[in-house]
Amino acid sequence: MNIKSNWWKITGVLLVLFSLYQGLMGRVPVLPILHETIRNIYYHVPMWFAMVVLFVFNAVYSIKYLSSGNEHHDNIAVEAANVGLFLGVLGLITGMLWAKFTWGEAWSNDPKQNSAAIGMLVYLAYFVLRGSLDEAQKRAKISAVYSVFAFPVMIVLLFILPRLTDSLHPGNGGNPGFNKYDMDNQMRMVFYPAVIGWILIGVWVMQLRVRLLEITNQILEN
Amino acid sequence: MAFIKETATLIRKEFLMEWRSKYALNGILIYVFATVFICYLSFKKIDPITWNALFWIILLFTSINAIAKSFMQENRSRYLYYYTIVNPAALILSKIIYNLILMSIIAFVCLVFYTIVFNNPIQDLTYYLLAVAMGGLSFASMFTMVSAIASKANNNSTLMAILSFPVIVPLLMLLIKFSKNAMDGIDRASSNNEIGVLLLINIIVFAVSLLLFPYIWRD
Repeated sequence: MNIKSNWWKITGVLLVLFSLYQGLMGRVPVLPILHETIRNIYYHVPMWFAMVVLFVFNAVYSIKYLSSGNEHHDNIAVEAANVGLFLGVLGLITGMLWAKFTWGEAWSNDPKQNSAAIGMLVYLAYFVLRGSLDEAQKRAKISAVYSVFAFPVMIVLLFILPRLTDSLHPGNGGNPGFNKYDMDNQMRMVFYPAVIGWILIGVWVMQLRVRLLEITNQILEN
Repeated sequence: MAFIKETATLIRKEFLMEWRSKYALNGILIYVFATVFICYLSFKKIDPITWNALFWIILLFTSINAIAKSFMQENRSRYLYYYTIVNPAALILSKIIYNLILMSIIAFVCLVFYTIVFNNPIQDLTYYLLAVAMGGLSFASMFTMVSAIASKANNNSTLMAILSFPVIVPLLMLLIKFSKNAMDGIDRASSNNEIGVLLLINIIVFAVSLLLFPYIWRD
């Protein structure tokens, strides 16, 4: 194994292992309502960071495909959407579990929850569009156009709309952010590594899936 | 200058085609009348919040139906002819502007008929009309590009709905909030955020449409 080109994968694994250990064993501040569920922040929030990074990959490689017509770029775009969607589902599930304990209901009509669900729909529609086209080049081109077209809308949906209305999430609608009132320095030392670790793991999974897809295509061609 | 002239000619062509068949406009107007009337028969009396939401839902489905046609009306060989003589950006821009005008007419007719059939709880009419006009703009800019994408895939009408719902939801949420403020006659400044974000999204969608359409207009 070549350390020089694989250091980021090792870093990702180590950071996620570190955050898993700290998430279960580390010390957390005792806060009303949240209690021990605050540990979920190491799992729930990094999912969204990793998802957004992968959707950015999807948009960037869609643009690259449109300008180059290189099939490899389309493969990266589609696998980035796949892994991003999976991380988004994990984010929704961890969020719903957390909401069940702190807000009382798994689905509390919170604007961020709704936005995230609709954001998922964009990428589900992307896969439906891909499924409806048979010819590989046409499929790659048209789905790339749709993904670039939908990306700014998704950004508005996830980052601007929830800030315009009241939300149960911290940091929205005048609520103070996590940093201001309940994440102490010790938690931050776990939270940021967890975010970076999950982003790296997400990119690694994407890379592996791209290789798998390309090998499968090669076998099918021969 | 040549670009503007080209766009103007294409818009004129759209209107001429519509005028000759009167297919889209008449069909959509009947669709609006029928839907509003069905809603009236099934609801009879509704409270203001439902009034507002129902109006936007009717308008949403009407506009999807109206705009889905924008790339299906003409046959493939005529597009082949367009490829040789016009700029793709001019083509999509002309379609967006034509749909914008069409949507404004339809939205206005829908609002008039809707207020005749149901009661009229609007307190700030000027701002409500502004909300309706911005709705027409948002639907036209969003759905024109989506219908261009859907027209390249085979099973058109279902795909049009699947592709357009997720991207229109943020706009629809802003529009409903903005128009509700206008309906309740709340201080106009409280809608500033919504108007700003709506304009921002529309500018982005315009720009992205003009940039992306050249990639899909030829097969």
